[in-house]
Amino acid sequence: MSSWIDLSANELLSQLEAGQVTSQEVVTAFLDRIHQVDPKVHAFLNLFAEEALQKASVVDERRKNGEKVGLLGGLPVAVKDVLCMKIGATTAGSKMLERFHSPYNATVIEKLEQADGIILGKTNMDEFAMGSSTENSAYNGTANPWDLERVPGGSSGGAAACVASQMAPLSLGTDTGGSIRQPAAFCGITGVKPTYGRVSRFGMIAFASSLDQIGPMTNSVEDAALLLEVIAGHDPSDATSLDRPVPNYREALKEPLKSFKLGLPKEIADFNPDPEIQKAVEAALEVYRETGATIEEISLPNLKYAVPTYYVIAPSEASSNLARYDSVHYGYRTDRKAMMAGLEEGDSPLVQMYSQSRAEGFGPEVKRRIMLGTFALSKGYYDAYYLKALKVRRLIRQDFDRAFEQVDAIIGPCTPKPAFKIGEKVSDPISMYLEDLFTVGANLSGNAAMSIPCGFTSENLPIGLQLQVPALEEERLFRIGHLYQQVTDWHQRRPSLG
Amino acid sequence: MELSRDDIAKVALLSRLQLNDEELDAMQSDLQNMVNFVEQLGEVDTDGVEPMAHAVELHNIFREDKIAPSLPREEALANAPDEDGEFYRVPAVLGD
Amino acid sequence: MNATVTDAAYTTIIGLEVHTQLLTKSKLFCGCANRFGEEPNTLTCPVCIGMPGVMPVMNREAFRLAVRTGLALQGKIASFCKWDRKNYYYPDLPKGYQISQFDLPFCEGGHLEVEVEEGQAPSKVRLHRIHLEEDAGKSMHDESMGGRDSLVDLNRTGVPLLEIVTEPDIRSPEEAKAFLTELKLLLVYLGVSDCNMQEGSLRVDANVNLHLPGESGETIATPIVEIKNMNSFRAVERALHHEVVRQWEEWQATGKKKGEVPKQTRGWNDEAGETFAQREKEESSDYRYFPEPDLVPVTMTAEQIATAEAEVGELPQALRTRLQSEYELSAYDADVLVNQGKALVRYYLEVADACGDAKLVSNWLQQDIMRTLKERNITIEELPVSAPMLTELLKKVQSNELPRARARDVFAQMVETEASLEETMDAMGIKQVDAGALRELCQSLVDANPRIVEDVKGGKQQAVGALIGQAKKKDPNVNPGEVRKICLELIQAMGEDS
Repeated sequence: MSSWIDLSANELLSQLEAGQVTSQEVVTAFLDRIHQVDPKVHAFLNLFAEEALQKASVVDERRKNGEKVGLLGGLPVAVKDVLCMKIGATTAGSKMLERFHSPYNATVIEKLEQADGIILGKTNMDEFAMGSSTENSAYNGTANPWDLERVPGGSSGGAAACVASQMAPLSLGTDTGGSIRQPAAFCGITGVKPTYGRVSRFGMIAFASSLDQIGPMTNSVEDAALLLEVIAGHDPSDATSLDRPVPNYREALKEPLKSFKLGLPKEIADFNPDPEIQKAVEAALEVYRETGATIEEISLPNLKYAVPTYYVIAPSEASSNLARYDSVHYGYRTDRKAMMAGLEEGDSPLVQMYSQSRAEGFGPEVKRRIMLGTFALSKGYYDAYYLKALKVRRLIRQDFDRAFEQVDAIIGPCTPKPAFKIGEKVSDPISMYLEDLFTVGANLSGNAAMSIPCGFTSENLPIGLQLQVPALEEERLFRIGHLYQQVTDWHQRRPSLG
Repeated sequence: MELSRDDIAKVALLSRLQLNDEELDAMQSDLQNMVNFVEQLGEVDTDGVEPMAHAVELHNIFREDKIAPSLPREEALANAPDEDGEFYRVPAVLGD
Repeated sequence: MNATVTDAAYTTIIGLEVHTQLLTKSKLFCGCANRFGEEPNTLTCPVCIGMPGVMPVMNREAFRLAVRTGLALQGKIASFCKWDRKNYYYPDLPKGYQISQFDLPFCEGGHLEVEVEEGQAPSKVRLHRIHLEEDAGKSMHDESMGGRDSLVDLNRTGVPLLEIVTEPDIRSPEEAKAFLTELKLLLVYLGVSDCNMQEGSLRVDANVNLHLPGESGETIATPIVEIKNMNSFRAVERALHHEVVRQWEEWQATGKKKGEVPKQTRGWNDEAGETFAQREKEESSDYRYFPEPDLVPVTMTAEQIATAEAEVGELPQALRTRLQSEYELSAYDADVLVNQGKALVRYYLEVADACGDAKLVSNWLQQDIMRTLKERNITIEELPVSAPMLTELLKKVQSNELPRARARDVFAQMVETEASLEETMDAMGIKQVDAGALRELCQSLVDANPRIVEDVKGGKQQAVGALIGQAKKKDPNVNPGEVRKICLELIQAMGEDS
């Protein structure tokens, strides 16, 4: 065996089950890889090497003794630092939470533990998941493993980069407007945004509660199916979680799809995707045609309003979700002496403490979104901005509902452009927001969606193909994606990092 | 809609974000761009459209009235920037 | 000072906002105990501390108690209600927002009938709405550091709270007090709250202004003032009295009408007996309410509402009526008993039904029992003489086995020793005097006192009293009435013989 890190999660699992390798060996291989390449990529914020090896030895022992081993069977997993864990700090990429130690585990963390997943560490992200490049992290950016000068996408940039650069076979990201799928596309991996409510959000540090969802970021659809099977399911601690049985997704992959219809939204052309991306998507359509699928043109008339709708709803919810970071019960607090010294006549020390702590603890993009959201909810503007956006959201949802009456899945590019250069868009928030053009629809509607690799640009940058299905049709999503990966090998390409 | 510096200062106070003059200027321009961008929603005819606040159509989700253990106080206060072992401590709350 | 304004000069307009904590075991959104008086910050968890990533789940019992209250107050229970976030910063509000109900509360309308003065027709105070929300924690001033700090206890954070808002239907401070007294009685009857103002489980704010007749017959309203920090119903009454006079004087001095000055909040200083202006936050009223994305709406069908209605039980006003119609008590007696609370009424009904003499039992409750409860500061449930025990005792009174005065001694003894009736009577040496023995005793007295017999025969019936006195000396357990009856019979019989 050349290296364990070259195997997919499902392949590794078979080897583990067959006794060809131990969990400790697998964990060690990935930890070595991390030490080797993470100084270049900077995907991890925190590593739990000791705890990981310890847990791996426990799983190995149990397997050796013929005891029951969980579904992940000792496979390593990386976790976006937006998921609360009892060990280490949980920072959400923010200075605000630099020293926040959660007294509880997120539900998905508990599920990973119960399934005998080995958590390697926490991955980098845009602060509070706000961003499309991971440049908004308070702890340095993450590089795209395919081109270290470029961003890995975001906000789950660390999660995408660590899988792409073979530092973890599985990782968990979160997706509020495309934060799993866009970095998956930029880094050439598979990223799934499950149906809203499919995976418990309890313990995920909230950005925009009605849009947030946790999902798998992996080397293949098959691996994503494995990880989703572990993390999905009803959670009584999350009132928005769906009480529906979790299918055996990997089993579903074995059932071949007969004839199915894919819908290509005609509006995509209006946004002038990069020609190389268009070409790659057309080639993917051809692959599907050859497998027996029919491609139909569909219409999502309100697609152009998806990003503005998102940029009212998400900041509005965020402005409230982030109000808790007030430096009273946890989190960063400004220096009191300096703060008191700066007080002017009539200032309230308490208000000053809040305002100064938040000003120092949050980065510029988080502040912009808090401001925008506060504005959209404030007296006199609520109806014109927030309420209006909720209504357009309904129309967008109805567009999807109509489309899914016509086709089984919607297909198209995941992003309009490939990975951009670090620093290229930091000064232009709106152009950064347009990164979410094709992805936000699934969050607004609550549907499931996925990005899978479908080619490379002439600069050797990965291209992502997005598939979208109605709510709770992840089995269909995986079948369609898996079919593609059985006849293509884009998902097996790896960047060369030395 | 045109946002004045006063508007920005008011939103900043509501948001509890201290901004110096320079930041206020930058925020005014950024927020103006963002507001202009989202204002295209005004084009959409939403007469009679029901607002959509949730992505799931769930109703009546309850928990049973059962007591679960609370955190030990040291753990509850462990993350507090300032506490005295019993309480969280903040600058005096003076009628606001 | 112009403290005595003629009634005709103005009409007092009062509306109340009552906050009452619900008697659930656990908090509204988490499993922490809903309990008063524990050590600070010992009843908190990640959810009520508002830690990153947590989510609320609604307590079923809290909603049930809320609906029961709405129904008891004749309100209309909404078929659809939802929760909203009310955003503001305060150290005892750890999330930076309070989960409350804004535009779609669970209950609208309703009313409560209030008797302001005995004998007067009750007035009907209409309710505007009732909603369910979470309580905040408590901030206390810390004097130890020269008053520069406040201390925060989150034990109360997340306790279920009902906000009951009246229409401005109340016309006097006395009526406000009467409303609160009746509301408290009702809430305690329903078992939804213990309404302990000292512990803060019932809190009252009052809105008050004056309506004056204008020159051309129009009504002029003075600015509305909200009064806070009133710690008893008496304080509410006093504060309103003070405020009415203050507003009248202010009106005479300034002539300012409602709308010409911003709504003012005033605190109540009970010691000084006056209200004082509280500092206003300039942006305090912009709460940026929006739908709580982490909680789903609650719907109720007509059948569910009907079921809840059936569970409400008999309310104070209905009980008063029933005690008058079925038990033939006076309005006064019925009122006294009902105002003592549900447990005492239950006790009363049990004894009255068993004895069949409603008035006798009512007298006993209002005299010996209520006095005992007061002296010993105990509840009726804690009284050593249970309803069956009192029944047994009163039956002896009814059958003349125990003279009334003796029965009261027995009752006092039973309370003291917590013994049964039989044990107590034994201990007190009260034996059932055998009818034959009693007749023998009477015969011997008649035989030994010919002069008295003569007097009686001569028409001086009261002379028999001397025989009763002698009988009691010989045996303290004799029933004086019985002795009198038997002696008279014997003397009469002697007359017939001769």
